[in-house]
Amino acid sequence: MLPELGQFALVLALLLAALQAFYGIAGPAMGRERWMAAVIPAVAGQAVMVATAVACLVASFVGNDFSVSYVAENSNSALPLFYRVAALWGAHEGSLLLWIFLLAAWTVAVAIGATRLPPRFAARVLGVLGVVSFGFLLFTLATSNPFLRLDPPAPDGRDLNPILQDPGLAVHPPILYTGYVGFAVAFAFACAAMLEGRLDQQWARWTRPWTTVAWSFLTCGIALGSFWAYYELGWGGFWFWDPVENASFMPWLVGTALVHSLAVTDKRGLFKSWTLLLAILAFSLSMLGTFLVRSGVLVSVHSFAADPRRGIFILAFLIVMIGGALVLYAWRAPALKSTAGFELGARESFLLFNNVLLVIAAGTVFAGTLAPLISDALGLGTLSVGPPYFNPTFMISMLPLLALLSVGIHASWKRGRLTDSQRALFFTLVAAAVVGAGLAFGWYARGRLLTFVGATLGVWIILSSLVDPIDRWRRGLSLSRAVLGMTVAHLGIALAVIALTTVQSFTVERDVALAPGATASVAGYEFRFEGVQSVEGPNYDAIGGTFMVTRHGEAVAVLRPQKRQYWVQHQVTSETAITMHHGNNLLIALGEDLKAGGRWSVRIQVRPLVSLVWFAAFIMALGGALAASDRRYRAAAGALAPARTASAAEGAR
Amino acid sequence: MTPRRRRLVLVLGIVAGVSIAGALALSAFRQNVTFFFDPTEVAAGRVPAGERFRLGGMVTKGSLTREPGSLEVHFMVTDFSHDVPVSYTGVLPDLFREGAGVVAHGRLRTDGTFVADEVLAKHDEKYMPPEVARSLKRRHGESRTEGAPPASGS
Repeated sequence: MLPELGQFALVLALLLAALQAFYGIAGPAMGRERWMAAVIPAVAGQAVMVATAVACLVASFVGNDFSVSYVAENSNSALPLFYRVAALWGAHEGSLLLWIFLLAAWTVAVAIGATRLPPRFAARVLGVLGVVSFGFLLFTLATSNPFLRLDPPAPDGRDLNPILQDPGLAVHPPILYTGYVGFAVAFAFACAAMLEGRLDQQWARWTRPWTTVAWSFLTCGIALGSFWAYYELGWGGFWFWDPVENASFMPWLVGTALVHSLAVTDKRGLFKSWTLLLAILAFSLSMLGTFLVRSGVLVSVHSFAADPRRGIFILAFLIVMIGGALVLYAWRAPALKSTAGFELGARESFLLFNNVLLVIAAGTVFAGTLAPLISDALGLGTLSVGPPYFNPTFMISMLPLLALLSVGIHASWKRGRLTDSQRALFFTLVAAAVVGAGLAFGWYARGRLLTFVGATLGVWIILSSLVDPIDRWRRGLSLSRAVLGMTVAHLGIALAVIALTTVQSFTVERDVALAPGATASVAGYEFRFEGVQSVEGPNYDAIGGTFMVTRHGEAVAVLRPQKRQYWVQHQVTSETAITMHHGNNLLIALGEDLKAGGRWSVRIQVRPLVSLVWFAAFIMALGGALAASDRRYRAAAGALAPARTASAAEGAR
Repeated sequence: MTPRRRRLVLVLGIVAGVSIAGALALSAFRQNVTFFFDPTEVAAGRVPAGERFRLGGMVTKGSLTREPGSLEVHFMVTDFSHDVPVSYTGVLPDLFREGAGVVAHGRLRTDGTFVADEVLAKHDEKYMPPEVARSLKRRHGESRTEGAPPASGS
């Protein structure tokens, strides 16, 4: 009964989404007040229906209803309850349902926030969100229905993929998706502005907090995914430039550009059409990410099972959505002219460089991610693009971006003189170079030029970011949350740069064969292999190894990596053992029994500061949250500013 | 400078920056792309000498041998028409097993052995019954595309 109820709820949600889209877009266009008044009830009804569908699927999982095909394929009666709930988004169909659920949640949040917006504009925003929701609901019902029944029911489920049986599954996908889907809000605001044919600074003030919150979630989601891959997949490493990772990283890069471009539109009323374009692009890349991951067109280490029909549907949907938005853009953007100018060297120009460099970075990642697909389609051979391409090309745009960051935050709006802050910039750069040289050639001693450059840039951003806040604090001036948030986010970037530089320069990885009692020395640590014993888990058998880790004869930790075999799928997974010591991250993964006197192959990795990479991402997200909570956004949600707007992103292209 | 010229300078600067980035990316791309070949193509001598590439296929059943007590392993990769011997030193991935799909990165030695520096076995999300896996395996062998799903982890 429950699965049918869930499916019925989804169908109702689809109808309500259609109503929401129609009334939201046609209402303001035809000037029908009563149509516009119907939008909010449609939003609420749709949210209730989607929540009902989710609840039905969760109940099927919890109740081990193996007559539901999706449950039978992704759960098992021996699976712990916790994973039976999280298994909801363990594969394609449920992930889509999660996406729709989060979109409904965002839409409700927007509807609540929209009570302070002009009704016509609010209706349009919700209408565009309705279009997005309609598309995804249709996709789910047409190609990926999670409520399909099996006849006869399966006696037991095929179990959740063992790799996903980890607490990471409970947090990473929902948070990442919240970020992805959040860009739909920025997209809807952009489309609504174009439908209105009006875009002013007030618009940017409405859009900014939503975009920043979505960006913060995406940042967290990517970091969580990276951390999960690091300890779960057992290869070590936290970023592989895998298509699925790139799919989340491209919207992040463009989203970062959007956050900065919105700042200019808000403060100076510039970059208008550019901001619109970025909002369209960020959400398009979010949807493309879904397309890439879900359709299975790209070979990835964690891609879902391939189904070309789904790919074609998403592709068609992408074309309609992106194409529609771009047509709207081509039609309306030229009307949005701006009159203000700025000098070369003003803050606007630095933010412009920021945008250009971030978009270039996203472009190089895009090219590298899609090249295998294009080459294959054109019959030019199957090729793969890996870190040797991504690392240098990404650095080409990132190094200037980081160098300009320090200068840019000291530049003033409109005027291009840096005289007041030249001294501060100079001194912080010198200090950063000294610290950078110390880190690169003193502390770790084996540094290369890039280590020095990376460390210096990171330290420079920290020091120069702190100049203004410290100055204001000493003069007893208050610091707005927006400025504080910006500073915190920039400190996060700086920490990430320092951490990435250190990890890339000083990681030691070794695969060794160890007999019980033997010791391997890696990066100054001794790893003594004590042997293996068998361990039994709730739904798996495991072999656990014990390693005593010492440094200069002092005990550091006891590490117990496992090799698990799950009962249902008989799949073997490696559970790595990880410990922290003085900023170094020590990772051990068991390889296999070499069948020679109890010897095992063992992977040992020592990564300095790798934890700081993830921590830095959370600092960035925290900065975003702080900035989004600034009082001016709440105060700003009043009436529309005087209406003669229309401006073009002068100099923005 | 007039606003117009200033804008021109800005635009030219950005165009120059984008072109430089594009050129560098293209050259990085040319140098760092690794092509995929299957055993039949390797046997036909289609691989340029000394080039790093990816070899993909199935691990031939019963071909895995290990140097006693060391990390050096040897196995054959097959597409059911031709076989290529592979040698690798290191820890094999969890999903590596005989009869399952594998992709190895490395170079061809003059004696025809593929020396791998990285071995990948795909993580598959779905359980597949053995007969489905077998048919996929057959397809994989025939279609010679890497995109065909390999045998699942079962």
